[in-house]
Amino acid sequence: MIPFATDEGGFNGPTIGEFFPEAIFFAGTPFEINRIMLIRFLAVAVLLLVFWIGTRRMKVIPTRMQSVVEMGLDFARVNIAEDILGKKDGKRFLPLITTIFFMVLFLNITGPIPFLNIAGTSVIGVPLVLALVAYSAFIYAGVKKSPGNFFRNALFPPGVPPFLYIIVTPIEFISTFLIRPVTLTLRLLMNMIVGHLLLVLFFSATQFFFFTADGGFKLFGVGTLVFGFAFTLFEVLIALLQAYIFALLTAVYIQLALAEEH
Amino acid sequence: MFNAVIAAAAEGETANPLLPAVYDIVWSSLIFVVILFFFWKYVLPKMQKLLDDRAEAIEGNIAKADDAQRKAEAALEQYTAQLADARAEAGQIREQARADGHKIIAEHKDQALAEAARVTSSAKAQIEAERQAAVVSLRSEVGTLAIDLASGVIGESLTDDAKASAIVDRFLADLEASEKAAK
Repeated sequence: MIPFATDEGGFNGPTIGEFFPEAIFFAGTPFEINRIMLIRFLAVAVLLLVFWIGTRRMKVIPTRMQSVVEMGLDFARVNIAEDILGKKDGKRFLPLITTIFFMVLFLNITGPIPFLNIAGTSVIGVPLVLALVAYSAFIYAGVKKSPGNFFRNALFPPGVPPFLYIIVTPIEFISTFLIRPVTLTLRLLMNMIVGHLLLVLFFSATQFFFFTADGGFKLFGVGTLVFGFAFTLFEVLIALLQAYIFALLTAVYIQLALAEEH
Repeated sequence: MFNAVIAAAAEGETANPLLPAVYDIVWSSLIFVVILFFFWKYVLPKMQKLLDDRAEAIEGNIAKADDAQRKAEAALEQYTAQLADARAEAGQIREQARADGHKIIAEHKDQALAEAARVTSSAKAQIEAERQAAVVSLRSEVGTLAIDLASGVIGESLTDDAKASAIVDRFLADLEASEKAAK
């Protein structure tokens, strides 16, 4: 595929510039709005609408809409918050974990949706903000519970011979306080960027093969179309999976911060 | 795949996807805050209330069922007790009736016996009285006849009652003595 990327002018490969579209409103101000920001607003509007309708008149015996919304909320509550943190702490951090899960999910899912075609999380802002939120949340949880305990567990893990702390403590510091937010950000961001680039690549190649390439090469177009279709479905899965992973890791970090000992 | 990304990145503008733009952070934070408050203050409390309501409804139904069962058991116990009471009472009544029957029969028997005795004794007394009356009348008639006859025979009027009765008495005594002798 790569050779074709630099082939004749008919093929337009994906570029990183797609994640920085032209400003539409307020260009140059801190409130600049471009296409991706509009997609985010749309995703958030849909999210608010779905949950508002789903929870507007909640009844003990649910309607279909309510069942679906309940199922989603139960997934975040039972399978993430309560599973990792237990009932009590799960309830405490439930708003945060639910928010992270559904925000990431709704912003991710715009990637495979036709006409939107780019994830709201494929620009670093959202992953970074959420990673910082998760970072603040677990430090807050640990410090609030017991500052001494939290930093001792994080930096001086018990059961290690004292002289090894020379090595272990810097490693623990870097992994806990530096790597965690970075990996949270990059995992989500890169998944979304690469997913988008892949889909663009497959579909622009299909376009190229069908309408520009000659003779037998047109057949390649079938292959790239099939791959494009398969990866679109795969992106839906990735959207859900990344939302789950982000929320799950946030819960896990909070749990580690709350744990008495590792 | 990765090469494609690199190629794409190389081809693209100088923009680095790892460097956040200010507007990006602004809008991302705003979105986060909106969604957080939406879930925190609106959706999750409603969800919690629903879960509580549902738990309450289930518990309520269980309690109701328990209550119903307890009532049914109490009613059954009561009926059983009543049935036992009724049986005991029936037995008692039967015993009473039997005893009463015996008593009535015995009373009647006694009454009948007393009546019979009374009838017998009154009959005896009457018989005795009649016999006495018969003896007395017979005695006077026999005396009169005998005297009439004797006076006819001896031509002597035995008008003197004292004398006559003395004679009759002697005569009868003699008659009885002769009867005894004959026996």
